[in-house]
Amino acid sequence: MNAPGVDISQPPLPLRRRLVELLLGGGLLASAASFLYPILRYIVPPPSADLGGDTVVAGKVGDLKPNSGRIFRFGSKPGLLVFTADREYRALSATCTHLDCTVQYRDDLHQVWCACHNGIYDLNGRNVSGPPPRPLESYEVHVQGDEIVVTRRQKA
Amino acid sequence: MRLATHVRDWLDERFGWDELTHFLRKKTVPVHRYSYWYFLGGMTLFLFLVQVLTGILLLLYYRPTANEAFESVQYVMTRVPFGWLIRSVHSWAANLMILFAFAHMFSVLFLRAYRKPRELTWVSGMVLLLLAMGFGFSGYLLPWNTLAFFATKVGTDIVRQVPVVGHWLMIFLRGGEEVTGATLSRFFGLHVAVLPGITTMLLLVHLLLVQRFGISVPPGEEAAWRARPPEKREMPFFPNFLLRELMAWYVALGVLGALAALAPWELGTKADAFAPAPAGIKPEWYFLWMFQTLKLIPAKLGPLDGEMVGVLAFGVAGLLWLLLPFFDRGDGRNARWIAGAGVFALVYMASMSVYGYLAP
Ligand code: FES
Repeated sequence: MNAPGVDISQPPLPLRRRLVELLLGGGLLASAASFLYPILRYIVPPPSADLGGDTVVAGKVGDLKPNSGRIFRFGSKPGLLVFTADREYRALSATCTHLDCTVQYRDDLHQVWCACHNGIYDLNGRNVSGPPPRPLESYEVHVQGDEIVVTRRQKA
Repeated sequence: MRLATHVRDWLDERFGWDELTHFLRKKTVPVHRYSYWYFLGGMTLFLFLVQVLTGILLLLYYRPTANEAFESVQYVMTRVPFGWLIRSVHSWAANLMILFAFAHMFSVLFLRAYRKPRELTWVSGMVLLLLAMGFGFSGYLLPWNTLAFFATKVGTDIVRQVPVVGHWLMIFLRGGEEVTGATLSRFFGLHVAVLPGITTMLLLVHLLLVQRFGISVPPGEEAAWRARPPEKREMPFFPNFLLRELMAWYVALGVLGALAALAPWELGTKADAFAPAPAGIKPEWYFLWMFQTLKLIPAKLGPLDGEMVGVLAFGVAGLLWLLLPFFDRGDGRNARWIAGAGVFALVYMASMSVYGYLAP
């Protein structure tokens, strides 16, 4: 191609030409990257804001009969509060470690049951049978006045 | 490059690639001292594309309800990485797009590019300009901040002045008697679905017409070329003009980024239907000249409502403007009239805007 204004009687200067091409191409690539980077970063959402809550009031004393359980909100995730037949409070994460279903307390089994694939956990959250690969996270429970306070265990 | 030729051959066998791209290789752009004005339409198109892209990105986080809209935009501005950049570019490009659309319109007017056979290109372009203003008006409300809330109240109330159907129109726009969350839902639907759909179709028509009729040469240049044919100069659209255009777009992108970084778009305070309007409330700059005109008309003109007369006058003026090409018979006298009207409109809009900006 002889573009207007280029003197074709002179032989091309390969080196100089390569350099110009390199600078031009590199510059274009760099600016394309600088447009794409913000977009890619923008698409990934920031971590959700409500992870901060490490302590939550899960209910009032007397809400639960012995040998029963209920779901409470722990941040954006469900938790399971169990009042055992021995009148003890236990709190667990209610998200099954298998495929994220929400578990429930079964008063006939005295155990925690996941309906999705028949996973069973004991009252300490250990996975006893069925597909769940890991135990449920268990939380600390304190009774303060008539409030049942659930706290995430501090990682050692 | 082997792969590229392969793909080309493959497409050529099936679609007749050379035939399809024939128009591109044949297309030329006239070269003369007014050639720079040819960039305005392409620049408007580029800014529209920026709006489509950033608009889709904003949709990832935006929530169109009265309870969440403001907070979701705030979230974008403060917490999402580069959210401030995306939103500010969207706002800046919106304003620049309107500016370039107006500039494009006036350049077409003064270069008389609307003449036969391009009357319908003008009409489609004018409707696109109206749609662009519709985008501006509907998008302005979406952050649900105080200014937007009252601007929408005023804007939709002006619609009420239209004779006979005015009240119905206002209810239609507001989704009720008042500006509420229902209005927000409507404007959101208009802004992200209805207007983009219509605009895209009309844009295709506009571009096809431009392609069909070629690029207009101003009558003066055309006459000079006819008198001395060797002076006629053109450049191929592809790649010569397109590369120049891409360069302009690249610069525009840089300008947009700089504007967004140096002057991120404000969010203001959340709309409150039960708070009084802030002092000195004004519409976006491209509505300001109309707003100011309506303010200057006395409340009563004889038996008629001043506002209503103003709204009617704008309607008639807009319609005449839309049909402008049909008044140009090609002889010099009509053309001078039209150029005069163009100058008048430009001066009127500019001075009213300045007045509206300075007025308390
Ligand atoms: S998800 Fe709970 S057992 Fe499969």
